[in-house]
Amino acid sequence: MSSRDAILATVRANRPGLTRELPSIPRFDSAPPVSLLDAFKAALVSMGGAFMELGEGADPLAPLRARLASGLVCSAVPEVSGNLPLSKVQRPSDLDKVDVGVVRAAFGVAETGSVCLTDEALVVNALGYLPQHLIVLLDPADIVVNLHHAYDRPEFRRHRYAVFHTGPSATADIEGVLIRGAQGVRSLTVVPVLRRT
Amino acid sequence: MSDLRLSNQGDRVGPAKTAPEPQPRVTLVRDGQRVNHAKNAEGFLAAPQHQKMHDKRLWDLRQKRDGQMHQIPEWEELRELASAIKEHTLAHLDEYLVQFERNARANGVHVHWAKDAEEHNRIVHGILRYHGAKSLVKSKSMLTDECGFREYMAQVGIEIVETDLGERIQQLDDEEPSHIVVPAVHKLATDVAKVFAEKLGSDPNDADIYHLAETQRDTTRPKILSADAGMTGCNFAVAETGGITVCTNEGNADLSMNVPKLHIASVGIEKVIPKIEHLGVFVRMLSRSAVGSPITQYTSHVRGPREGGQMHIVLVDNGRSARLKEEQFWRSLKCIRCGACMNTCPVYRRSGGLSYGATYSGPIGLIIDPTINRHKYSELPFASSLNGSCTNVCPVKINIHEQIAAWRKVMAENHELPFAKKAAMQAAGALLAQPALYRTAIATADAALNTLPRFAVYNSLNAWGKGRENPHAPRKTFHAWYKKTRGRK
Repeated sequence: MSSRDAILATVRANRPGLTRELPSIPRFDSAPPVSLLDAFKAALVSMGGAFMELGEGADPLAPLRARLASGLVCSAVPEVSGNLPLSKVQRPSDLDKVDVGVVRAAFGVAETGSVCLTDEALVVNALGYLPQHLIVLLDPADIVVNLHHAYDRPEFRRHRYAVFHTGPSATADIEGVLIRGAQGVRSLTVVPVLRRT
Repeated sequence: MSDLRLSNQGDRVGPAKTAPEPQPRVTLVRDGQRVNHAKNAEGFLAAPQHQKMHDKRLWDLRQKRDGQMHQIPEWEELRELASAIKEHTLAHLDEYLVQFERNARANGVHVHWAKDAEEHNRIVHGILRYHGAKSLVKSKSMLTDECGFREYMAQVGIEIVETDLGERIQQLDDEEPSHIVVPAVHKLATDVAKVFAEKLGSDPNDADIYHLAETQRDTTRPKILSADAGMTGCNFAVAETGGITVCTNEGNADLSMNVPKLHIASVGIEKVIPKIEHLGVFVRMLSRSAVGSPITQYTSHVRGPREGGQMHIVLVDNGRSARLKEEQFWRSLKCIRCGACMNTCPVYRRSGGLSYGATYSGPIGLIIDPTINRHKYSELPFASSLNGSCTNVCPVKINIHEQIAAWRKVMAENHELPFAKKAAMQAAGALLAQPALYRTAIATADAALNTLPRFAVYNSLNAWGKGRENPHAPRKTFHAWYKKTRGRK
């Protein structure tokens, strides 16, 4: 008998004899925050992330462009361009020297301050991890109230890779001292940029 | 990059001026011998700096967990849901495993089944050999620790690099993780500086935690970039999508699965849950229970290989299917490895995880380890005060303290009690059966406790005098007091 069949046979023989129906899951959304964006910002900042406020002028993206003015920038969004085109990236390790990566979030979660990045948006998944800093564009209209609503979204069925980023890489493995920038990005900045339709 | 190093280092003092307290060590027993938790804990108890930091750090995690819990009005409802989902799934585990396998295969994932640790290691070795892989970077996985994966790979000449900071420290120091979430929590920064100096060539006198973390980042990144394969564990395997969910704070699991072409995930068969919507329940509670943050920095959902890559999932039994049959103990399979029970446990906080001599320590270890090796871990169920705090904080409502008590009974019935404990229990049994004799004995013992010299109470024959101070005995027994006050009426 194969290990597969042996394991399944033992599991079948040893199943606990209880009837426990699968519960239906409430969405726990009866008291949403007044502003999803404000709740999102507060949660993001508490997790070590940053939120970039944009101006109103002729070029609302000016603060973002200023942030991308120096260093090696790899952008996966049409709104801003970098100096390392993704088309030049042959393998993930090519992103090692990148200072700033830019990517578009599928949606955000107000409860936790998370942004959801998919393989389609990242183009190369490692873009979310190897650059020193990550900038994430998020349309404020794409914020859901909590994780229950987040998991109702289609991304988790549609994509091979979908990840919540909540602030930057962090560790507190030595004496509980919190370090931002453990293995992945040292900072994560969310920028409110409307999705182009 | 100092501007980005947000820290809560406020209450740490600068580098110690005196020589740092050396790290207490535990001698591991060979298979076939019994782990003596109380004896193993002696070194840790005798190291005040380690002991104090450990206790404080873990209690801090417990308090942060409480803070998060109080912000979620539906917390108890979530626990109830999580428990129900897990119990339902375990009662239909074969069906959900088959569904998971079918969907994972449809996504292009290679699915393997391993009966035990040895088969797991052999399968992974086979995959690596097929791809000519000589180096593997991995994120933390208790399952691979359980399987002795690194030891196995060392024998076949494959380089394994742990990428989680705590797990990397433990790997370099040739120790087991002492905690399932924070593997090096028993170490002071000075201990880490010593290990890094010996193994990575950094400055032995530099115990600055930022520098230590930076040393890890700088030395691990080249290994991630050049690795032939990446490995992760799995927090939740979703049957309806065939995908796995992995939670980390460092982003090291994502690096391990997204930089090398080959991704192997080791998955315990109890990790399966039926649907995506169930993730909402578990993810909301996992990090809140573990470290008191609303979510881990990274929560990754992987359903299949990257373009041009390959993904393998090894489903591992290693005693889990046998545990399902144990009426009193199968519910321990609901565990989502958050570590909340460890953080709250007074025995764990004071004795340190390594004193348990097992992959899983703390309250959850007490009820899992004996299912792996009954004789070796027969004393562990006694490393508890049965205060029930573990059960109260468990996000999936495992009746941990009741299982600990049940294990004690099993050990007694199976003649697994060590002689001293057995003799004491027999004496207590005889005494408790005769009320008059009991009263006389208690009055005598109380008087004796208060008058006996220290060496008579704190000696090698009295386990209750080890590693703890006995409470002051009351001047008179309750019976004597009652007789004197109420009894006269």
